[in-house]
Amino acid sequence: MELQYEAWESFNAGEWQSEVNVRDFIQRNYTQYEGDESFLAGPTEATQKLWGELKRLQKEERAKGGVLDMETDIVSSLSAYGPGYITSDSKDIEKIVGLQTDKPLKRAFMPYGGIKMAEQACTTYGYTPSDKIHEIFTKYCKTHNEGVFDAYTTEMKSVRHNHLLTGLPDTYGRGRIVGDYRRVALYGVDFLINEKMKDLENMGDKGMIDEVIRLREEVAMQIKALKGMKEMAKIYGYDISKPATNAKEAVQWLYFGYLAAIKTQNGAAMSVGRVSTFLDIYINKDFKEGKLTETEAQELIDHLVMKLRMVKFARIPSYNQLFSGDPVWATLEMAGIGQDGRHMVTKNDFRFLHTLINMDPAPEPNLTVLYSSRLPENFKRYAASISVKTSSIQYENDDVMRPIWGDDYSICCCVSATQTGKEMQFFGARANLAKCLLYAINGGVDTMTREQCGPKLRPMEGETISYDEFMPRFEEMMEWLAGVYVKTLNLIHYMHDKYFYEAAEMALIDTNVRRTFATGIAGFSHVVDSISAIKYAKVHVTRDEGGFPIDFKAEGDFPRYGNDDDRADEIAVWVLKTFLSKIKKYHTYRNSEPTTSILTITSNVVYGKYTSNLPDGRRAGTPLAPGANPSYGAEQSGFLASLNSVAKLPYECALDGISNTQTISPNTLGHNDEERADTLVRVMDGYFDKGAHHLNVNVFGVDKLKDAMEHPEKEEYANFTIRVSGYAVKFIDLTREQQEDVIARSAHGYL
Amino acid sequence: MTKGRIHSTESFGAVDGPGIRFVIFLQGCNMRCRYCHNPDSWNLNGGTEMSPSDLLEKAERYRSYWQKDGGITVSGGEPLLQIDFLIELFREAKRRGISTCLDTSAQPFSFSAPFIDKFRELMSYTDTVLLDIKHIDNEEHKRLTGHDNNNILECARELNRLNVPIWIRHVLVPGITDSPQWLSGLRSFLDTLNNINRVDILPYHSMAEFKYQQLGIPYSLTGTPAPSQESFDSATDILCK
Repeated sequence: MELQYEAWESFNAGEWQSEVNVRDFIQRNYTQYEGDESFLAGPTEATQKLWGELKRLQKEERAKGGVLDMETDIVSSLSAYGPGYITSDSKDIEKIVGLQTDKPLKRAFMPYGGIKMAEQACTTYGYTPSDKIHEIFTKYCKTHNEGVFDAYTTEMKSVRHNHLLTGLPDTYGRGRIVGDYRRVALYGVDFLINEKMKDLENMGDKGMIDEVIRLREEVAMQIKALKGMKEMAKIYGYDISKPATNAKEAVQWLYFGYLAAIKTQNGAAMSVGRVSTFLDIYINKDFKEGKLTETEAQELIDHLVMKLRMVKFARIPSYNQLFSGDPVWATLEMAGIGQDGRHMVTKNDFRFLHTLINMDPAPEPNLTVLYSSRLPENFKRYAASISVKTSSIQYENDDVMRPIWGDDYSICCCVSATQTGKEMQFFGARANLAKCLLYAINGGVDTMTREQCGPKLRPMEGETISYDEFMPRFEEMMEWLAGVYVKTLNLIHYMHDKYFYEAAEMALIDTNVRRTFATGIAGFSHVVDSISAIKYAKVHVTRDEGGFPIDFKAEGDFPRYGNDDDRADEIAVWVLKTFLSKIKKYHTYRNSEPTTSILTITSNVVYGKYTSNLPDGRRAGTPLAPGANPSYGAEQSGFLASLNSVAKLPYECALDGISNTQTISPNTLGHNDEERADTLVRVMDGYFDKGAHHLNVNVFGVDKLKDAMEHPEKEEYANFTIRVSGYAVKFIDLTREQQEDVIARSAHGYL
Repeated sequence: MTKGRIHSTESFGAVDGPGIRFVIFLQGCNMRCRYCHNPDSWNLNGGTEMSPSDLLEKAERYRSYWQKDGGITVSGGEPLLQIDFLIELFREAKRRGISTCLDTSAQPFSFSAPFIDKFRELMSYTDTVLLDIKHIDNEEHKRLTGHDNNNILECARELNRLNVPIWIRHVLVPGITDSPQWLSGLRSFLDTLNNINRVDILPYHSMAEFKYQQLGIPYSLTGTPAPSQESFDSATDILCK
């Protein structure tokens, strides 16, 4: 067979040449690496210059209240702007080019999620959006947000208003869709257009039902987006219609694919995907042909990472409270094990981690190691040593994800897996189960607003809470919550597809796409401990004059989640399984597969603000524990006991992820960095071999956090990065409230 | 089965012997080290009684973190005060294939019967000893801990004869243990032993002071600072190189 493209000549042949199949290409062509980090190269002069400039801009951005510059006149699109560079004279030293707008760190105007929010984002930072755009998007053109609120029921508005559901993607892009950006590099855009044309050709002959009509329209939009991508690249002087022919082009082509996504969508999570091993193949090819040195290879990765550190979206204050620190979740994976048992660690995985040394620690891209105790020791140790130095990496258990998602999945948000190029996710924020527990006691009345938000069940009476009486009520209330939750998400995603379709990302995903429906739980540990208190201790109820429960007091001891105590941990497993089974009872939009998660990002602070006193003793208004973490102060048996409790949660019941964030002081891990990295590897081997899903690792003491909170201006804290639930942030970018929450949590950590 | 008086347990010890260790703190100690950070473990009659199998069951929940060299460490209090229990615990641990480590100040050590026979039996089940030498000078040692150090140094020599690997631990307290004279003296003693795998210098800290307040025990080191980096480095030069 004659090869379609010369660029493919030196690669091992396979199915990938006749169909879009990046996985096949990777499996046939990647080179494993078992050595250590000694081959790595430092930053080039160009890297230092560009990164220095970027640091200066970031400082300026911070000084200006968090936003450097904003667009007010132009609606963002693939070709809305001419070329943009980090500085006016850096064009020639930027190995990888392309900005979201015409200037670095300038935030684009993206009205399709909701014109009101786009405008509010501008006015918050002192910018005035143009009248013309306002007129267009209020008079002539509808947005996602308007569609959602047109269709919301009274009940949906009530659960939203009462903060039972919070952070719903009804005012911003839903995100969590990872285009297979590698396809742009491997195939070039023309090949991809051709494949989509074939799909379009082959659909709908059996009858024009709604589904087919909609899909035809979507694929047509995808084809337009692909053509738009070519236009976008042309602005920077590149023709991406054909496959990349070398490493530099491969990185650049791939980045153009991602750039198309972030120019057209402002999703809460805009992941990059599993690109490290893929790109290593091109770098290796250039090495073999003598066209590239290690220094040049590192420079390509450094410059790509620099671009990923520059991704910005215009957000409104309520969004920033939920997702603090200006995150974009440009999540990028490395390592993992293939289905055939070969580990997938390449030199490029070292290079990506090494960017944290070459260019300081940083929260983005959200570097994620797909962990297995079977990964090469050298790599595990190197990753752990970078964690000890920078606290900027997260780890996810490849051994539990691979059986479900195969060996070419990406992480589409903070911790959620998705098959690259084959799948999309309907992001669903999370439901506050702690509040739901109070509704079960109060007969559906919200403790904060005193509104009848849930179904009007008979409130629980009496001086103490009877376990046998409470449990059926809680289950019933959960079932109601699951119903209104799923229905609300169905509606939101219908409107998002209609008014804010992700054409550029979906163009890089198979037409016959698998869809998952990602719900989530907030307040997990408090629900578990509260049920445990009701079961194992005597929970007294304090009522106000009207008889409404306002506080609880547990008499006697009760086991708490986070101590490797099966009595509490079994309740945790029950809560998870029961909630998922309730979710599964309802129809999910576009026949998507329902999943759930126990991850909260930083929204645990906002959720906590609207949650009253709980039977486990947690006080009203205080932050809920984040993700699947045990409650602050509940852990009395040490770090590993806490890990063991979390590891008991079955991943197959929370396929959207179980996030666990831990802070350990350096001195607890070991006497020097080498020992600390060694200990960390042992901890992760043990934890993940138990079937746990995720671990955020922070290595620092509370003193450093306190000092950074009081003295954010110190140079040493400019890039001080910490892991919070599911992502990394610059500590100084968190709100004061969240900084205090992190400090409180770390003080309960292992110091 | 003999029960031990247990002060507490900790699932994660990374600086308490080789690898990751489950640490069992025994209750009761006769020494009154001025810097002791566990004064709540002094009382010989406190703690909770637990059997070796109870403890090992608890410990084994963490086996997946131990790998080749991790296991259990018994600390205190002073574990050797409960030597009968220790023998049973370590014998059973070895039967289960668990690495054993003893963290001791050796104050109860003596060559008199029946202690010495028990000690030698215990050592046959012990993989590593963390030996805390508080001060090399006997008079200073008395001032610091209320006890002689002769039998402690004898214990080190006995461990050398038994060829049990030891890690020496030494707390660096400004004005008390940090002078070059004392450190060099300690070094000369250590040089007579062949079974030392490692020497850890532990910088003094005052984080336990609040415990003394809670317990109503006067704290005699108020105002003593943590050693400076230079002092730590020079102690490292003397003891570890």
